[in-house]
Amino acid sequence: MTKKEIYLDHASTTYLDEEVFKEMEPYFSKNYGNPGSLHYKGLESKEALDMSREKVAKLVGSDVEELVFTSGGTESINLAIKGVALTKGKGHIITTTVEHPAVLETCRFLEKKGFKVTYLDVDKDGIVSVKEVEKALRKDTILVSIIYANNEIGTINPVAKIGRVLRKKGILFHTDACQAGGALNINVKDLDVDLMTLNGSKIYGPKGIGLLYVKKGVKLEPLIHGGGQENGLISGTENIPGIIGFAKALELGQQKREEENGRLVELRDRLVTGVLEKISKTFLNGHPTERLPNNANISFLDVEGESILLHLNEKEIYVSTGSACSSKELEISHVLNAIGLKADAAHGSIRFSLGKRTTKGDIDYVLKVLPGIIESLRRLSPVHLEEVRK
Amino acid sequence: MSDVKEKGKCWLYSDEVKKHFFDPRNIFKTDEEAEEYEKSADGIGEVGSPACGDVMRFYIKVKDGKITECRFKTFGCASAIASTSVLSEMVIGMKLEDAKKIKPQDILKKLGGLPPRKVHCSVLGDKALRAAIADYEGKQK
Repeated sequence: MTKKEIYLDHASTTYLDEEVFKEMEPYFSKNYGNPGSLHYKGLESKEALDMSREKVAKLVGSDVEELVFTSGGTESINLAIKGVALTKGKGHIITTTVEHPAVLETCRFLEKKGFKVTYLDVDKDGIVSVKEVEKALRKDTILVSIIYANNEIGTINPVAKIGRVLRKKGILFHTDACQAGGALNINVKDLDVDLMTLNGSKIYGPKGIGLLYVKKGVKLEPLIHGGGQENGLISGTENIPGIIGFAKALELGQQKREEENGRLVELRDRLVTGVLEKISKTFLNGHPTERLPNNANISFLDVEGESILLHLNEKEIYVSTGSACSSKELEISHVLNAIGLKADAAHGSIRFSLGKRTTKGDIDYVLKVLPGIIESLRRLSPVHLEEVRK
Repeated sequence: MSDVKEKGKCWLYSDEVKKHFFDPRNIFKTDEEAEEYEKSADGIGEVGSPACGDVMRFYIKVKDGKITECRFKTFGCASAIASTSVLSEMVIGMKLEDAKKIKPQDILKKLGGLPPRKVHCSVLGDKALRAAIADYEGKQK
């Protein structure tokens, strides 16, 4: 029998749910019509598209007209931030230092174009303070963009509280909810957001499909010009199987949210407690309780993350790391840096992100092999760190 | 798909790197051995910093101008560990004068290459070795 693969990298991407795939399947080569066509073939697709839109609208608490399908989280974020900025022409944007690169790089691009951007610091757990957001507001602030749940350390931000403050002040608010789609409340009215990004490939849906919720009345400059699909914001023939898959995945995720969260928290805590008990000089990054149910980001002092990752890989356990060696720029994770970790300590961080197929047996297997891996790497290491925070 | 390599065959680095990463040569088998070597080595040299992500510590024993034994410790990624391991194999039995001339390119060649962005940070072993030789030579004076 071949050994079972243990995939603990669900925050990177998820597998496609079987049920989701079944819903999508007819829309590749059987019902392939362009929803813009007036014949039966087109109308078939149009109907499926409309039904999916209605499904998603119910799930996020919006009207169907307020939904824009995109090619993924990155495109949604680009549309939200650039869309607002280009409509206003100039002004000030507030975000945080722990955003996904899609937000950070879009903001840096806009800085080059003359926009002003404030990158708010977070506390040692990765949470941005509502007061700090309020304090950073200026007369010319056009948009605030804050990540709902952090992709690296899982920390959940008080988005609804920030939303309430900004609503009173009449400032547009976007949240990147890519990691939250399957785990948290994503009702746009509860969150008081004007713009919200979701992504199919993190919620057991297909890759290449994302969503941007755009509250009625919010004006955005289009990102992709052409035939005027998606309210003229993202032109191009709609990704019908993708949209159907996204809607189904979001539905399943939200329906089973409570139950699955409970199961994941139990498994995750088993992992964290086990690692911290069995292996010395380890600690959990991110908030102890205000965190995604499936995220455990742990630092292992005196060893380097890529080495840990590759040893786990050899055991067919798949994780990711915030070590510089794994990044394109050879820099440590900007999130671990922002929560005050010294580079030395950040190099040894591993993100375990659990998911639907994760079992107690998987966690126990990780707990069985990990201490030996760390022990052998530590015996090889000339480093003995004492301080972990800057 | 036929053009995707089967599992175990797609790996980040060369086979040689993989071999040395999973089975590094000339390392300490126990902490006691490491402690003993700290005292008995003829020369010890260390380069890098944990903040940058790579630290290499090289230990040599010398007889009649030749390196007779060596050990190393490395904090770093797979390429850093493998490059020091390969170097440790290269230098045993080598004259100090020749060992001093080892360049990063020589290590790279033995490793079967590294991804370009990894070369600069990972291949510090030659510098650690030269530091160990300098330590030895300093003690002789």
